[in-house]
Amino acid sequence: METRVLKYAEINSSKAIRNGEVVVDNPSQLIAKEYFKEIYMALDLKYPKFYKMDGLCQLALLATEMLIGDGDYKGDEIAIILGNKNASLSSDKQHYAAIASKENYFPSPAVFVYTLPNIMLGEICIKHKITGENSCFMMENIDADFLHTYVSHLFEADNYKYCITGFVDFTEENYIAKLFLAGSVDSSDSEATYKFDKTFNKIIP
Amino acid sequence: MKIYSVADNITSPLGITTIDNFEACLNDETGIKTIENSDLYPTSFLGGLIEKNTFPELFQEDKYTHLENLFIHSIKDALQKAPEIDEGRTALVISTTKGNIDLLAPTYKGEMPAERVLLSSLAKTLSVYFGLSHSGVVVSNACISGVSALLTAKMLIETGQYDHAIVTGGDILSEFTISGFQCLKAMSDEPCQPYDTDRKGISLGEACGTMIVSNQHPIEKEDRPMIEILGGGQANDANHISGPSRTGEGLKNAIKRAIKASHISIEDIDYINAHGTATSFNDEMEAIAFDTLGLSQIPLNSLKGFFGHTLGAAGIIESIMTIEQMRRNLLISTKNFKNMGVSKKLNIVEEIIPEFKSTYALKTTSGFGGCNAAIIFQKYGN
Amino acid sequence: MEQLKENLKVAIIEALNLEDVSKEEIDNEAPLFGAGLGLDSIDALELIVLLEKEYGVKVENPEDGKDIFQSINTIAAFIEKNQK
Repeated sequence: METRVLKYAEINSSKAIRNGEVVVDNPSQLIAKEYFKEIYMALDLKYPKFYKMDGLCQLALLATEMLIGDGDYKGDEIAIILGNKNASLSSDKQHYAAIASKENYFPSPAVFVYTLPNIMLGEICIKHKITGENSCFMMENIDADFLHTYVSHLFEADNYKYCITGFVDFTEENYIAKLFLAGSVDSSDSEATYKFDKTFNKIIP
Repeated sequence: MKIYSVADNITSPLGITTIDNFEACLNDETGIKTIENSDLYPTSFLGGLIEKNTFPELFQEDKYTHLENLFIHSIKDALQKAPEIDEGRTALVISTTKGNIDLLAPTYKGEMPAERVLLSSLAKTLSVYFGLSHSGVVVSNACISGVSALLTAKMLIETGQYDHAIVTGGDILSEFTISGFQCLKAMSDEPCQPYDTDRKGISLGEACGTMIVSNQHPIEKEDRPMIEILGGGQANDANHISGPSRTGEGLKNAIKRAIKASHISIEDIDYINAHGTATSFNDEMEAIAFDTLGLSQIPLNSLKGFFGHTLGAAGIIESIMTIEQMRRNLLISTKNFKNMGVSKKLNIVEEIIPEFKSTYALKTTSGFGGCNAAIIFQKYGN
Repeated sequence: MEQLKENLKVAIIEALNLEDVSKEEIDNEAPLFGAGLGLDSIDALELIVLLEKEYGVKVENPEDGKDIFQSINTIAAFIEKNQK
């Protein structure tokens, strides 16, 4: 058995791309909220909870849907190890705005519960019934070396079959999701897949 | 490869060394007090605050934020107890939920640049301060972050990249978190009462803890029992982002994975340091999980009544306290617990048990996002 | 009272981000939680904030939410009774 990258997906401000194929593009440069809704519609998701999520979770959920939405995976066979830079900055600012004035002090529970970066992992797990290990690491850019080390160790030590890894980061002005599905496969059927090594992030140009 | 815990520090309202904190718990002291400070919350609330008057040495360096000063003190003190560490072979693993979140406040008047709020920037600051070759990795998994950080450090050493790791976790008491937990109606108006019938929620505390872990032992001079970080496991409930699974599914899975990774059986566990936040759902969920796994007879305590919930620090300082109890052959009480308030039987430590030998201790945590983590420590010798 | 109920529906859709729901779809008597709109514990807490912020009515004990938030009718009645 060896670990290969089986699938990949990317959402940037101009395109949503699955395994190299454009799913949605954003020629009119819609703002994040509207653009994410377009992707939601294009993926034909029926998941009203989506609208309750903050931008980071919406982005992570959509990218995961593009990655594994059409597959049949057992939840306890999947781990999720993601990198992120700005944590929950966008929700953090919203929470602070709600408590800026002592006279009009109304922190919102629905905002506060999104003020942690690992909530995106929780949302992915709920949607896809994933019960494996999941961890969120903070990094300036995708640190493929670290993620590769961590994920490889997971496959060796814990018998996971799959791991969703990559980088998801969100601020209103700037956002990116690059996700990879690494899987433990028979060496003989490695043709349609990609090498999982310390530069696996280069699979997405 | 064996990974040992070789030195540590706890910095909290109860003291600024592990020994001070441990003695304070033995004396049944608590860091949780009534706080009236409108910069933190409009009305009075209960929490654990590290005060300038009590610990002026933690407020010296203007170049650093309050949290960074706590980290610097905690790491420095732990490193002094492990002088033979080679900085070039040492990883830095940081656990925090909100980092320097106070810098983001609209009312913030200090001069720190805005990037300082980035968690990766916190890692860089500490790495540079301590002259490490590793730029540091930050894990942010809500309340399980501390245990996740210990397991990440173990992994970095096991893969041969480093020989040692500084594992440090911290969070400050900020208006951000206080107002947030208040609006979730999760904060108690009395000091938190883990597993008690009258429990009303959490008390927040600020703290920082550091554990130095290494593949070599003993690198310290003092003669005390060796503690190995045997193994750990993590699992997600896949149920709700802010409430635990009613059945304790995720916690059970995390414990099972930790047992498997440690190559022991569940019957070997002889002491549990649980999460015990004193929210109605968390404590009940834990009781169900421990009961289902056949752990209801095993002595168990929660230290939240002493420290409050210290978020990113919790997993680390409570692991250090677990190890210290193992080394001293005793168990600390579950402060503020009086009457059993969960539906399944648990063997809660009510009073200090002065003679107790633990060989395999289990530490568990659960957090927002539905995450759960468990870690097992083994003691060698008496 | 009817006006209050209509306003309440709009406010709830807005506060709870019920993007796929229109106010016509919310029946005054239908249960809001459980099967109804699929609301959960966070939504209940958000409703507590909504009542205080928009209507100046406090729910002191979150446990009381179970009774108060049964339907649009029960919320409206609670507001009427407690608004000063």
